[in-house]
Amino acid sequence: MSQSYNRGLIEDFGRWKEFSAGMWAWIFHKFTGWMLIGYLFTHIAVLSTAIGAAAGDPAAIQQETDVYTTTIQGLESLFIIRVLEVGLLAVAVFHILNGLRLLMVDLGVGLSAQDKSFYASLVLTGIITIASVPTFMDGVTI
Amino acid sequence: MAEHYSSFSRGGTGWLLQRITAAFLIVVLAFHFFQLHFVNHAADVTFAGTQARMENVGYFLTMVLFLITGTFHGVNGVYNALVNQGLEGTQKKVVLAVLSLAGIALIAQGIWVAVAMAGWT
Repeated sequence: MSQSYNRGLIEDFGRWKEFSAGMWAWIFHKFTGWMLIGYLFTHIAVLSTAIGAAAGDPAAIQQETDVYTTTIQGLESLFIIRVLEVGLLAVAVFHILNGLRLLMVDLGVGLSAQDKSFYASLVLTGIITIASVPTFMDGVTI
Repeated sequence: MAEHYSSFSRGGTGWLLQRITAAFLIVVLAFHFFQLHFVNHAADVTFAGTQARMENVGYFLTMVLFLITGTFHGVNGVYNALVNQGLEGTQKKVVLAVLSLAGIALIAQGIWVAVAMAGWT
């Protein structure tokens, strides 16, 4: 038989000082989820320039002056876009690692270590993000 | 200790589909990131290069499935987060309708983009 557990109202962010590791994990998961779905809509909007490129002059595609190529390369030449991409990677990696942790929690595996696995998700996210910086910042200057 | 901590109702289709799409997304998202940031750099992306990848039917179908599962996972996640916030009654129905329409529109637009990329327009 399932037991009830009164966690209090986690949606009341004014209580943040009382939050434990599991509650922070919950908030970070929602926050990163919102960022990722927001990005997905933006991503498809940018990639929609492919429709214009495909309908345009084939010579422009050969010369790499079509709207799709110039839009993406133009964005990628901006320092701030590269910084945002590193941020996106961090958000995605945390969401994946914490998602795996949530699956374990759902299955009741390692419940007593759920706080430790949250900290591990954070540390691993930091390591993967820092390790990816040289690749993401390659060929761009401020 | 409680036995159930999930935001989703236990045993629901939403819960199961969220997990199934998550498992698929982990693999394909990792592939997508490596493909477009480490194998090919995002700064070097051209329409011709994108077309060469998208002309491959297997790659095309993987990307379309990636779009559909990603959209479902995101929209379903947002819906459940809002229900968790205490959404009820008419508000809940309106939010479900708006999110469903936004999801369908994103998938339709994304498939159109994918077809254009493959040069099949």
